[in-house]
Amino acid sequence: MRRFVLIAIPYAWLLALFLVPFVIVFKISLSDIALAIPPYTPTLRDGFAEFWAGLDFENFVWLTQDDLYWKAYLSSVRIALFSTLLTLLVGYPIAYGMARAPEEWRPTLMMLVILPFWTSFLIRVYAWMGILSNEGLLNQFLLALGVISEPLTILNTNTAVYIGIVYTYLPFMILPIYATLDRMDGSLIEAAEDLGCSRAQAFWLVTIPLSRPGIIAGCFLVFIPVIGEFVIPSLLGGSGTLMIGKVLWEEFFSNRDWPVASAVAVVLLLILVIPIVLFQRNQQKQAEKDT
Amino acid sequence: MGTKVFAPWDDPNAKPLIQFRNVTKRFGEFTAIDDLTLDIFEREFFALLGPSGCGKTTMMRMLAGFEKPTEGQILLAGQDIDPIPPNKRAVNMMFQSYALFPHLTVYENIAFGLRRGNMPKHDLHDRVQEMLRLTRLEKFAGRKPHQISGGQRQRVALARSLAKAPKLLLLDEPLGALDKKLRQDTQFELMDIQEKTGTTFVIVTHDQEEAMTVASRVAVMNDGKLVQVATPDRLYETPNSVYVADFIGDVNIIEGHATATGEETYRIDWGEGREPLTAKSAQPFSAGQACHLAIRPEKVTITAERPTDADNAVQGRVHDIAYLGNLSTYHVELPDGTIIKAQSANTRRIARRSFTWEDTVWLSWTATAGVLLAE
Repeated sequence: MRRFVLIAIPYAWLLALFLVPFVIVFKISLSDIALAIPPYTPTLRDGFAEFWAGLDFENFVWLTQDDLYWKAYLSSVRIALFSTLLTLLVGYPIAYGMARAPEEWRPTLMMLVILPFWTSFLIRVYAWMGILSNEGLLNQFLLALGVISEPLTILNTNTAVYIGIVYTYLPFMILPIYATLDRMDGSLIEAAEDLGCSRAQAFWLVTIPLSRPGIIAGCFLVFIPVIGEFVIPSLLGGSGTLMIGKVLWEEFFSNRDWPVASAVAVVLLLILVIPIVLFQRNQQKQAEKDT
Repeated sequence: MGTKVFAPWDDPNAKPLIQFRNVTKRFGEFTAIDDLTLDIFEREFFALLGPSGCGKTTMMRMLAGFEKPTEGQILLAGQDIDPIPPNKRAVNMMFQSYALFPHLTVYENIAFGLRRGNMPKHDLHDRVQEMLRLTRLEKFAGRKPHQISGGQRQRVALARSLAKAPKLLLLDEPLGALDKKLRQDTQFELMDIQEKTGTTFVIVTHDQEEAMTVASRVAVMNDGKLVQVATPDRLYETPNSVYVADFIGDVNIIEGHATATGEETYRIDWGEGREPLTAKSAQPFSAGQACHLAIRPEKVTITAERPTDADNAVQGRVHDIAYLGNLSTYHVELPDGTIIKAQSANTRRIARRSFTWEDTVWLSWTATAGVLLAE
């Protein structure tokens, strides 16, 4: 009985806060737009028979007809892939440095990685606007140094979006990689060198393969949320930055087309299911290996 | 026997494979190795023995190239190895943790070192197969390290470190993780492999029994210095200090003062009202010099009556008996409270044992049974 209660709590949580809202969103995606409150039809107030008859996949068909949507999906995936790669390139050396740092420093370094979470994400993105804008700190600094004579246009470009994403999601990349590197037995590197590897070879043949689970976990933890990212592209990106999160927001709030917005959300979720399943499988495989 | 005894350390013309010349290694304030000079010969199975923190692992890491001597030189086959990085040395190491690559199979672990050279593919395969055969691992070639037992992992580590046919193989507490029975079997296997391959082995261990079993010579270390370097039997029979006598096996130490009574014969006064003891020693002692008489328990005879022909005899009471199956160690308490251990083989059934607790017994030993030590 106690076991049942223990299991029931997370299931009830998932049911109430994930599955029920999803069913509602899915239902809206099958409805039609209407000038009413709520702004779609049919609702259950119309009676069940009429309600059932009013549902159709029209909105999903629409998504395939207007090229805005698949372009936005594609562009989101592309931006997510590229920024995941950038985050990996920045995050791996940091994680490696942390794992190699003297034991007594590591808690402090870990603290520094986690520290940004103490400030609201939104405020930190606004801070980047202040840094990257034409009159921002970065341009003033470079102008003062005489490196540039004209202010660089960074804000409202894809570059700003990448900077924002890499900055925001870096801890999610660093922490899993650090965890695998920290666990690694240092004598493995010595063994590799003893058997004739140079430092670089030992890194490539031993350190990288052994930190692969961390790399994979970190990449998924960045890639999955970045696809649906909305705040960073809308605050730092320009009109040229096309991301599905932004399209979704505009459908909901600018167009007030809840059914199409819901259809966009459902498809986004289906796209995300693929990497989430792959991620879960990676974690499971790792857990099996450890036992 | 026609075969010559293997003892290059007694041959003044033999050229050592490894020479430590006044090597000192300091870590900050701490001196791990203190002005140490040592020769190790080709084909030797050399053991570095000592308690943890005595510097034995540092010696090994200097040979492998992971540490550099602060002062002094280490020569390998006459060449100073100081500037050679670990990956260029003809030295391989078997790590205490085995350090097997968990992401590679047994086969790939063994092939790892060979792949770093430019070995042709089929030669490489032959060599790996040879190593698998040598360590009886053929059946496990395709397994990952976490899929095999501790003893098998130990053999993979050995095969991997032997695959490149190094001039010198270093073994860092190689059998520490194995249970006693497996450890004993593996010791003989190690000796067998060492003989077959003709490689020079240097083993680090804190287990004196292991060092005595496998090694041709043993260096006993303490506080970064060599206390004694000798063959196992010499180390046991003629330790040069109380430290060595005490470290290797079980021993009774009797403190006293020596006085010469004849050629190489000394009388030892070891306390008011006690009958002086007699001991022979090639090492000279001045009159009244403080000395320690070290006697192994198995060289002390235990009897009910005072033996008539013994050089030394003391009376006491059986305080404790340690029954080891094949042997029994009697802890005999002398009237003043000193405990002397005597060991005898249990040739009779335990029910017919001659002595039991609280019995009054005589302990005796000959003049040559013990070793007289100055310190």
